[in-house]
Amino acid sequence: MTAKTFPGGIHPDYGKGPTAGKPVVRAAPPKTVVIPLHQHTGAPCEALVKAGDEVKMGQKIGDTGAFVSAPVHASVSGKVLAVEPRPHPAFGVSLAVVIESDGQDQLDPEIRPAGSLDTLDAAALRKVIREAGIVGMGGAAFPTAVKVAPPPNKKIDTVALNGAECEPYLTADHRVMLEQADDVVFGLRALMKACGAGQGLIAIEDNKPDAIEVIHKALGGAPDLQIIHLHTKYPQGSEKHLLKACLNREVPSGGLPLDVGVVVNNVATAAAVARAVRNGTPLYERVLTVTGGAVANPQNMLVRVGTSFGDLIEQCGGFAKPAGKVINGGPMMGIAQSSLDVPVTKGTSGILCLARGEVARDEAEACLKCGRCIDACPMYLMPLWISAYAERGKHEEAERLNALDCIECGCCSYVCPARRPLVQAIRLAKGEITARRRRQAQPAK
Amino acid sequence: MAENGAQNELLVVSSSPHVKTRDTTQRLMGDVLIGLAPAAAAAGYLFGSRALMIMAASVGTAVLAEHLVSRMGHKRTTIGDLSAAVTGLLLAFNLPPSVPPWIPVIGSAVAILLVKALFGGLGGNFLNPALAARAILLAAWPVHMTAWIRPFDLVGTATPLATLVPKGVAGVPLPSYLDMFLGRIPGSLGETSALALLAGGLYLLWRRVIDWHTPVAFVGTVFVLTWLLGPDGIGTGDPLAHVLSGGLMLGALFMATDYVTSPVTPRGRLVMGLGCGLLTVLIRIYGAFPEGVSYSILIMNVATPLIDRWMTPRKFGMVKTA
Ligand code: SF4
Ligand code: SF4
Repeated sequence: MTAKTFPGGIHPDYGKGPTAGKPVVRAAPPKTVVIPLHQHTGAPCEALVKAGDEVKMGQKIGDTGAFVSAPVHASVSGKVLAVEPRPHPAFGVSLAVVIESDGQDQLDPEIRPAGSLDTLDAAALRKVIREAGIVGMGGAAFPTAVKVAPPPNKKIDTVALNGAECEPYLTADHRVMLEQADDVVFGLRALMKACGAGQGLIAIEDNKPDAIEVIHKALGGAPDLQIIHLHTKYPQGSEKHLLKACLNREVPSGGLPLDVGVVVNNVATAAAVARAVRNGTPLYERVLTVTGGAVANPQNMLVRVGTSFGDLIEQCGGFAKPAGKVINGGPMMGIAQSSLDVPVTKGTSGILCLARGEVARDEAEACLKCGRCIDACPMYLMPLWISAYAERGKHEEAERLNALDCIECGCCSYVCPARRPLVQAIRLAKGEITARRRRQAQPAK
Repeated sequence: MAENGAQNELLVVSSSPHVKTRDTTQRLMGDVLIGLAPAAAAAGYLFGSRALMIMAASVGTAVLAEHLVSRMGHKRTTIGDLSAAVTGLLLAFNLPPSVPPWIPVIGSAVAILLVKALFGGLGGNFLNPALAARAILLAAWPVHMTAWIRPFDLVGTATPLATLVPKGVAGVPLPSYLDMFLGRIPGSLGETSALALLAGGLYLLWRRVIDWHTPVAFVGTVFVLTWLLGPDGIGTGDPLAHVLSGGLMLGALFMATDYVTSPVTPRGRLVMGLGCGLLTVLIRIYGAFPEGVSYSILIMNVATPLIDRWMTPRKFGMVKTA
């Protein structure tokens, strides 16, 4: 089988070597956890507990009635110390439930198996997924239950699992595929049933041959399940590019995978769905990679949500070299942190600690018009012109050049020899354009 | 955690992506200089110390001018990006080896101060600085700029191109293909040795500093058209001589591929090459000058913004919604 891919993209240094071969280790149980009430794309949760309350591990501590949302659960048993604003690794600040662990890890008695895949119907499965607080674990943290509930006019025929893990340095998904293959496949079946899809596929980049082999075995030759080898290239794991490569379906501009009959989920998300169905376990812990040149002993770890970055770095031997940057996620799309005192959330796929020497120094020079950003753009945009307009505040022009189609993958900034902050400028322009569209939409109401 | 506290202050918080390619402007321009090195060596071998002097004067003036421009704007000097050195060397390559040393000095000053800096520096200029400066020198000092000498003995002569084109001087025999390939022919300083230029061009292709679109389209168009439009009717031309003579190799590999003044998309660069080739042949065969490479590139420089506007890539997701 030949590896599939898409035009454009880049081949950065992958830096996965230090952790790819290391089995997941369970992180030491945290003494206190800070669990943000906002860990997903959509409306934040409201706290269901208050300071002084006793909580059990897995107990729901936050929820909301909003459609696009996912509840949050306690990741330890113990006492609620406070419900207060705390630093958040993706949103800056968010209201969080601070829990002091009693060290017992007593599981909430409410948690029990949901039933078997044969007896649960689509609606029941979606409810299980929602109640378990499952969100996309690849980074964007979109609520999974919402994803698998397409509007009635859209028919889903395929569930695709994303095992590309195209972000450099990160190996968490790789390990999940190796160590939890049965969960991944079970989760795929559950997701297929939840949205009524007849076929399922798992796409894996060909730099993970061991994962391809293990998953292949776990599929057991089922006729409706397929494994797809992807060429190793960034951003192969972008939903749109995954589908282009796997199915040759092109998501229309401004659309979603839904529009071409597919729902894409991360492999770790599927494993979490499997545990929710089989055992009723909500999403309160996840596998992530702590890595980068600054970390003494990079590892893949199973971590409770709410554990602080600093704690985990300590458990990896601390900093061997002075850290220049600590990133929530990978080097291409992750978010740089100003402090180590931020908690792991459901969407934290890695903690990347770049040593001072590894940190790219950006001193922008004049654009050479070399065209490399155009060649690299997986959306076939013209980043040099869009960013030039954006920098001069000409947002209409930027919009005309389809700035809104930018997926913010950062390929353009990566390749630019003049070190121009291309995606940064385009991101600002996108913000302006959507804000203006919203303003224009208002009087029409 | 106390240690981490001290650490926190030193964390860089900037926007993604957090890693970048190792290629920089300086690295790319450095590669162009390496790509030009074989032709520079060939020029030294063919035309001796005067070639070296012209190259030194031209590069030196260009770098100095670039430095002065940065200083006048109270900005960090931009000579480190090496683009001025490239411009200086390319200008030297486009001069007859017989020119007095003040010609490259004036030429480089014009290229950097007028053509480049006045349009906002690197990236702002729409004309290739070296070629625009050469055109100005040709207009101002036509005698100096068309006084050709033979390699080695440095005796005055006409270029093979003058023999090749219909309006040229009759009676001078065409040199052998081998001499033309190796560069043992009269011509501009750095343009005569196709071998040296090809070696440098292949290096740039291998390093992916340039892509094949412009050079292949340029040379290919000239080859096909000069064969078709032969002196004795369709298909009687001498395409090989046309390809090996004049500034074609230099222009196709090193001048028409200049990032700043050529289109930004691969398809645009194909159009660039086709246009340059077509115009070169038209000027060589029907125009008033024996050589058309530099004018055709300059004309296509002017057309580049238009090409860029037409040749926009089809964006992802431009499919019919079901
Ligand atoms: S990669 Fe950078 S220098 Fe090259 S065209 Fe794009 S913005 Fe300009
Ligand atoms: S313009 Fe957007 S989509 Fe294109 S390479 Fe840059 S960040 Fe990626």
